[in-house]
Amino acid sequence: MDGKEYYNIKLIVNGKEVKGSVAAETSLLDFLRSKNYIEVKKGCDKGDCGACTVLIDGKATVSCLTSAIQAQGRKIQTLKSLGSWDKLDPLQEAFVKHEALQCGFCTPGMLMTAKALLDENPHPTRDDIKEAISGNLCRCTGYKKIVDAIEAVSKGEN
Amino acid sequence: MAKEMTYIGKRTPGLDERDKVLGNVIYADDFTLPDMLYARVFRATKPSALIKKLNVEKARNLPGVACVLTADDVPNNESISNVVGQTTEVGLLEAKHQVLVKNRVRYYGEAVALVAADTIDAANRALELIEVEYEEIPGVFDPIAAMKPDAPKLHGNNNIIAQWKLRKGNIEKAFAESDVVVENTYRTPRQEHAHLEPESGVAWVDDMGVINIRSATQVIEHYRDVAAVLGIPQSMVRIEGTIMGGAFGGKEDVTVEVFLGLLAWKTRKPVKLTFSREEMGFGRQKRHPYILKYKTGATKDGKLTAMEAEIISDAGAYVYLSPWVLLYSTVHSTGPYFIPNVKVDSFSVLTNNIMTSAFRGFGAMQVAFAYESQMDELAEKLNMDPFELRKKNFLKKGSETANYQKITSDVLLKESVEKALGALGEKSTSSGSKKIGRGFACSWQSYGRMTYLHDTSSAWVGLELDGSAVVRSGIPDLGGGQRESLRAIAAQILGLKIEEVHVISTDSQVTPLAGTVTATRALFMSGNAVKLASENVLNIITRTASKMLKVSAEDLYLRDKLVYTSGGESIPLVKVIKECAAEGSMPQSLATYKAPFTDPIKTDVIKDPVFADFTFGAQAAEVEVDTETGIVTILKYASAQDIGQAINVNRAEGQIEGGAAQGIGFGLMEDYLEEKGVPLTWNLATYLIPTSKDLPDIQSIILESKSGKGPFGAKGVGEPSITAAAPALVSAIYDAVGVRIKHIPATPERIYWSLHNSDT
Repeated sequence: MDGKEYYNIKLIVNGKEVKGSVAAETSLLDFLRSKNYIEVKKGCDKGDCGACTVLIDGKATVSCLTSAIQAQGRKIQTLKSLGSWDKLDPLQEAFVKHEALQCGFCTPGMLMTAKALLDENPHPTRDDIKEAISGNLCRCTGYKKIVDAIEAVSKGEN
Repeated sequence: MAKEMTYIGKRTPGLDERDKVLGNVIYADDFTLPDMLYARVFRATKPSALIKKLNVEKARNLPGVACVLTADDVPNNESISNVVGQTTEVGLLEAKHQVLVKNRVRYYGEAVALVAADTIDAANRALELIEVEYEEIPGVFDPIAAMKPDAPKLHGNNNIIAQWKLRKGNIEKAFAESDVVVENTYRTPRQEHAHLEPESGVAWVDDMGVINIRSATQVIEHYRDVAAVLGIPQSMVRIEGTIMGGAFGGKEDVTVEVFLGLLAWKTRKPVKLTFSREEMGFGRQKRHPYILKYKTGATKDGKLTAMEAEIISDAGAYVYLSPWVLLYSTVHSTGPYFIPNVKVDSFSVLTNNIMTSAFRGFGAMQVAFAYESQMDELAEKLNMDPFELRKKNFLKKGSETANYQKITSDVLLKESVEKALGALGEKSTSSGSKKIGRGFACSWQSYGRMTYLHDTSSAWVGLELDGSAVVRSGIPDLGGGQRESLRAIAAQILGLKIEEVHVISTDSQVTPLAGTVTATRALFMSGNAVKLASENVLNIITRTASKMLKVSAEDLYLRDKLVYTSGGESIPLVKVIKECAAEGSMPQSLATYKAPFTDPIKTDVIKDPVFADFTFGAQAAEVEVDTETGIVTILKYASAQDIGQAINVNRAEGQIEGGAAQGIGFGLMEDYLEEKGVPLTWNLATYLIPTSKDLPDIQSIILESKSGKGPFGAKGVGEPSITAAAPALVSAIYDAVGVRIKHIPATPERIYWSLHNSDT
């Protein structure tokens, strides 16, 4: 084929076992997208924009800078692990209510970062929130409504 | 129509927002087809060179590669278009473009060859096997140098590819009679759109021989460009737009469509092409950098007397929309002020720098930095409050602009400034090296395309047998909720619940063409078209219902799927629809909204109305400037815009906040740098855009004069929201530390050296 070595890996994605064969340089992002986890977005592929953020063992991580092999055996959560059409997660509910999105492309990564923040620090200040999402670029909103939404959830105002 | 506002001016969330937070939206790159090929673009790595040898054979022979295309494989590789209103003295009448480099590379990143392969890995390896030999030829990288007669020429005999003028009154006399005159040169940066979603699409040829292109585009009408390049009938190309992950003008010119069309046509297989972030950097258009020389005069009591300006824009290596962007700059160059004597000469100049074209603000933004900085300097010279000076000179409804256009809508500039400044609240106090300052700036920005283009937008609205409605409109949705606004308008007119209205949009062979989602025209144009079509449907219903109820049609209105008389009597909508069907008068309508039309511009002196109307607004900032580092922290920020009528308050606020954020980036940090045509900032680690920590909580203030030409008196908000940010910040920095930055972005370095070196 192409002379590359391929490795068989097994990850737990949103509670489900996912197997695949990857090259050493295959990123977790490309692997997830190849398995139709299209909610994980590729914005820059260099760790600069945060659109591909997923949770690895609960920690917000950019999947483009994580090799698929590194994620072997670990618990990966994408946006699809939050809510469903019938029952949105409070963060998702708040993003809709506060119009914390426009084009929606940064939203999957932004929500995962917000989820990790609130799991670790349920009552962050606005500055804490801004710090936490500072690696997630949004070009549409100006961030205010995003911070509003996360803050509302932290205060149980949703 | 329902008697009261049910959806207009409310905060109703859009149905697609639920899918966006669930990750269900299938953006352009999320779409795949069986047996699909993956494409890549081979790009030049010289800014000015001849191609001596191009060898793609090794790439073609690589296993997995389906095709490699060069200029020789493109049926119509070169195209030309005329620049309206230009004379032969201006040089090129015909703007030239090439799909792939034939002989000469004019900018770093120009597309040379296309590759399609079974896998993205194979496509990438094929790129590495393409061999090219360049002969570098002299380039020109500075627009002023490019204007000189002996400069290397990009195309033809003249690098100046557009020139516009304003001529009003007698400026010599007016300057001589002025009590104060200020003269300055300003520079603005090359700004990158940096939409989060890369340009992307998938194309395939269907079983009717039609090339289908599913792509993220602001302009589905680019199917015509694909047809022209391939030399096939326009009816054989279809563009189905996707929900875009942001665009801001970056997906206005053709992006992947022509490349995809070529590859799908050649291979007869589905093909996907998505640009990498680096490619978005060096292969795509930016905002034009400008040099603006301004001279403005006033009387001692603060009346503007005259303005003279020379405006130069760097168009990069190809024309694209540069002449139009420059036209916007020229018309907007006076600012929203009445100035009796005006002389403006503006030039757009070709260089071997990266191409420049459409970007939110479209030429009206660079001039705002200049005209508002001039107003501040005049105010200081006159020892007058900057707001007082502006109040004496604001355009009013009925005023005539420097291109002899009457303002036909309300001008709430005074109110906008008051609200924006008021929103800043109590002023913070300076401490140590950290100095507090405040500033504001006003802006005007047209909405809708130039009226000589005779812009139209079509929409179809129809009622189903159960009373629910379908809207068809070609307008793309770039994330601003364009579809949702149309849904709200139809629901409002037809008295339906918003979830009973479905909007089908952005498909060049399914939806009536609505024109582009550019020029702050989507709501204005397609909103009016949907309103018109919905009203036609309403008339069909009330006409039939009036016969059934034996009352006059004017007496009837719709609410909750009932047709009501003014007396409170009602009949189910579905019964009326059945009756309509029985009569053969279907409750459906295809309507076309026409913008105000004017005659084509005949000369480069603009002396006729060019725009349908303008949005007026103001932005205000409180900043803290650290004199030891030059670092600016924005403490408070407010933007007040008269948008006529908010259709959806949430989304209007979103535009105002997002526009301010991009304008803040333009004013303080964003600068796409090149060294002799070689890009230096082609990713998001080197080209910095505002993060959550760079921005304050932007306060959005909506004013509603209801005087616009859009539906329900709406004006446009998409672009006007960005325009005044940079001058407001520069004004605040001046207030804090006493230096006026004339070359933005106002980076810490520029501020520091302005403070510590009186020579700069």
